[in-house]
Amino acid sequence: MITRIVPQLLKQLFSRVATNPFPAVHMPPSLTEVMNNPDAPLSPPVPVGKRFRGRLSYDRSKCIGCRLCIKVCPANATEYLPGEKKIVIHNDRCCFCAQCTEICPVKCLKMGSEYMISSYERRANVVTDTGPAPETRQA
Amino acid sequence: MSTTYTIPVGPVHVGLKEPITAWLELEGERIVNARVRPGAIHRGIEFMARERNPIQVIYLSERICGICSFSHVICFIRAVEDLAQMNVPVRGQYIRSLVLELERVHSHLLWSGVACYTIGFDSAFHLGMQMRERVMDVLELLSGNRVNYGVATFGGVRWDVTPELEKALRGMVRYYRQEFTPFREIVMEDPVAQARMRNVGVLTRDEAVRYSAVGPTARASGLRIDLRKSSPYEAYADFDVEPVVPQDYFGEAHGDVLDRFAVRVLEVYQSLDIIEKILDGLPEGPFVEEANLNKVMASLKKADGTGWGIIEAPRGDDTHIVSLKGGVDNVLWWKVRAPTYANAVSWPIMFRGNELADAPLIINSIDPCISCMERMLVTDEREYRSEVVTRSELVKRSRQKTFELGSLKSKYVPGGGAEQ
Repeated sequence: MITRIVPQLLKQLFSRVATNPFPAVHMPPSLTEVMNNPDAPLSPPVPVGKRFRGRLSYDRSKCIGCRLCIKVCPANATEYLPGEKKIVIHNDRCCFCAQCTEICPVKCLKMGSEYMISSYERRANVVTDTGPAPETRQA
Repeated sequence: MSTTYTIPVGPVHVGLKEPITAWLELEGERIVNARVRPGAIHRGIEFMARERNPIQVIYLSERICGICSFSHVICFIRAVEDLAQMNVPVRGQYIRSLVLELERVHSHLLWSGVACYTIGFDSAFHLGMQMRERVMDVLELLSGNRVNYGVATFGGVRWDVTPELEKALRGMVRYYRQEFTPFREIVMEDPVAQARMRNVGVLTRDEAVRYSAVGPTARASGLRIDLRKSSPYEAYADFDVEPVVPQDYFGEAHGDVLDRFAVRVLEVYQSLDIIEKILDGLPEGPFVEEANLNKVMASLKKADGTGWGIIEAPRGDDTHIVSLKGGVDNVLWWKVRAPTYANAVSWPIMFRGNELADAPLIINSIDPCISCMERMLVTDEREYRSEVVTRSELVKRSRQKTFELGSLKSKYVPGGGAEQ
């Protein structure tokens, strides 16, 4: 039976693939091996938009320890160090709302564009200092 | 002699996107009775709000629902703005309406895709999902992220509509005008899809009134209700939003799954019109009343009272009630009534007389968001000993209350019956 979907399906045979490319074209025999191999031929990640909110970067030298970011953080991802009057950011708790970057009076917090931030080690997601330069490196 | 079997659909079932149980009493293949038993995905969000200040709760309310995240945010923010007497600049209101309509487009597209998937029409499902990507891309361009936009704040919005974004929005509207009609015709004119959806899960107009259905579910039953028309919020008063009801387009309202499909599909066209009107009439000026968050926080700390926010979410009326106490940072209490809670009451009515194979379609037909709904029922469960409150129980209680009021009144009316 010819229904209205048939011309649509024929049209799709000749159109571009709608989805973003999966990292590997075919399922590799061992996924862990591919993930640990930096030279594996993977499709690059799709670039993110200008307003994308990714992993937080923190300029420790600029921070004045006003604790306003702790007050607005919905996920309690920022921890105050009373002795040093600085903060530590737990990126694994961060909900990427960018409220702390807005309220920071010295703008020492910045949302980066890195989004593949999962790690086997929790400590990899604890940000203590990323230096004054804004982090633009792609994951 | 007929034997009835009771079969549970859920809490985890391939036809369901979220955990909920429907106990169906069957006679052969026919459903004779149904009992819906929620309570599997309560997360305690309202309690979490009590240890957070209103600015933090914005992002908590975003996480009530993954699809209508912006509706819940706007509803919560409107409730707080209502009690704190905050103003929103006109441009901020327009941008809020814009994102609300974008969200309606992507929610309805997702639902129509999932409805096709539920009846096994996978080609149309993929087509719907493919089309939905366009609005998701626009939302990503506007807000940065795809699901939790973080666009709104107290007294306005956080991000402006740039000329580049306006171009993308106009391109998106053009794309949908061109591509959406084939999708609608593919599904609605397909004889198999019609046979699966016509006269299935019928909710008549009277039943929709009696069981307080809201949103597209009520409109599919022929009720002309839409909060964008009856109590306009944000910028909706500037656009003439007419409720989409099937009798205007097809002559009569059946109140079945096909009508619910049609209402949602036609609302996408309506949303596209509204988006175009917003872009044409986007006023210049500031988009946020007070950009300094510290001042906003200070004024919210002083705010005291209870505020309401009611908006038309893609699924129906969404209500938030917030109470703040002067001098206290945190939210005193917060109550969310998501549209699914009102619509889920109609489920047992829709089930009756249908076949077991239609059950997942009927469950999906009201576009349920179980995560949205769950906060309301758990308080009921505590009060009524882990039993979901039934309608007859409610009626009994309501009548009892009237009776009590009557006897109270008679106590003070001379010659009343209290002393007798």
